[in-house]
Amino acid sequence: MVSWFMDPEHWGGPDGVPVLLAQHLAYSGIALFVACLIAMPIGLYVGHTRRGVVVVAGVANALRALPTLGLIVLLVILLGPSFASDLAFVLPSLIVLVLLAVPPIMAATYAGIGAVEPEAVDAARGMGQRPLQILFGVELPCALPLIFSGLRSATLQIISTATIAAYVSLGGLGRLIIDGRAQNDYQQMAAGAILVGLLAFAVDLLIGLLSHLFVSPGLKRHSRRSPL
Amino acid sequence: MIWGWLYQESGRISELFAWHLGLSTLPVIIGLLLAIPLGWLARHLGLFQAAFLGGAGLLYTIPSLALFVLLPLVLGTRILDPLNVVVALTLYSLALLVRTVSDGLGAVPPAVLQAASAMGYRPAARFLLVELPLAVPVIAAGLRVAVVSNVSIVSVAALVGTPQLGLLFTQGLQLHFLTPIIVGIVLCVLLAALLDGLVQLLANRLTPWQRKGP
Repeated sequence: MVSWFMDPEHWGGPDGVPVLLAQHLAYSGIALFVACLIAMPIGLYVGHTRRGVVVVAGVANALRALPTLGLIVLLVILLGPSFASDLAFVLPSLIVLVLLAVPPIMAATYAGIGAVEPEAVDAARGMGQRPLQILFGVELPCALPLIFSGLRSATLQIISTATIAAYVSLGGLGRLIIDGRAQNDYQQMAAGAILVGLLAFAVDLLIGLLSHLFVSPGLKRHSRRSPL
Repeated sequence: MIWGWLYQESGRISELFAWHLGLSTLPVIIGLLLAIPLGWLARHLGLFQAAFLGGAGLLYTIPSLALFVLLPLVLGTRILDPLNVVVALTLYSLALLVRTVSDGLGAVPPAVLQAASAMGYRPAARFLLVELPLAVPVIAAGLRVAVVSNVSIVSVAALVGTPQLGLLFTQGLQLHFLTPIIVGIVLCVLLAALLDGLVQLLANRLTPWQRKGP
C-alpha cells in the first residue's frame, strides 16, 4: 500500500493524484454551487412564510430512497446520445449530484429559519425592520448553524457520489477505484478509497471551521440543539 | 421497456431482490441492537458524550464505495464477499442510530423516571420497560432514515460486484439497455417504501399511547 503512494508515477501526468483530486473538487464544487442556488431561495421562502413545508419535506424524503447509481446510469443512456464527447457523462453526473444535494440544503434552511425564536423576529419587527431586513438580518444569521449542518451532509453526499460517477467515465478520485476494479489491481483501489476518505474528512473539517467562523458567538450555545 | 426480458429474467431479478432485502435490513437490525447499549452509554458518560457522538458522526463521512473497498483490508475478507457490505452498512446504521437512541432516551421526561423508580422499578427494568418504550418514536424516526438510505447505498456495492439490484444498473449500462435500469430503480424505491412502512407500522404497534392522545 505504501509503495503505491511512494511511486512517483502515481503523482504526475494526466492520471496523477493531483489531477484526479482537482477534478473531484471541481465537480463537487460546481454541483454544490448549483444546488445552493436552487435550494437556498426555496428554503428561505418556505422557512420565512411557512408555506409548502409538507411538499418540501416530502420531496426531500422521497429523494433519499432513489438509488444514485441507477439514476446516473439511466441519465447517461437517456441524455448521452444528445451531447457530444465529455458532456455525455459529465452532465448526467452533475444533474444527479445537484439532485442529491438540494434536499438536505433546502430542508436545513427552512428548518433553521422555522426554528428561529418568534421573540427575535417580533423584536426586529417592533424595531421597524422590513420583511427582507428581518430575513437577512435576523432569521438567516440565527439559522446559520442548521444551514451549515445541511451544507455538510450535502457536500459529503456529493463527494461520495462523485466517486460512484467514475463508473460512467467521470474523472476524479473514483477513477482509481473503478479502474483498479477493472484491472484487478487492489492496491490502486485501496489507494483511491483512502484518498476519497481523506478528502471527505478534510472537507468535513473545513465546513466545521467555516461554520465556527461565520456563526455569531451568541448562538453557539444552541448550535447542537436539533440534529438533522 | 421490454417486457419479454423481464419475464425471462424474473428468476434472477427476484434473487437479486432477496439479496438486496437482506443486505439492507440485516445491518439495520444489528446496528440497532448495538446502538441501544451504546446510546445508553453515550448518555451516561457525561463529558465523553460529545466525543462519542462525534466519533460516530465521523464514520458517516467515509464514502460508501471507499468503505466497501477498504473493509477487505481490515477484515481480511475477499473484495466480493457480501460481508463487507453488511459490515459497512452496519457501521453507517450504527453511527446514525447511536445518536437517535441517545436523543430518544434524553427525551423521556425526568418525572416519568422518578415515578417509575418510586414504583419500585430497578434500573435495568426501568430502562427496558419504561425508558426504551418511551423512546420508540424518536428511535423509529432514525430507523426510517437508516433503512431507506441503506436501500440506496446497497446498490453502490454493484461496483465491486456484490449481488443485489445494483447489478441491474451495471448490466444496463454495459448493454446500453434501459429495461434493467428502470426495473432496478423501481424495485429499489418500492423496497425502500415497503421497509419504511414496516418500521412505521411496528412503531405504531409499540406506542399505543400515541394513538389515544387528544
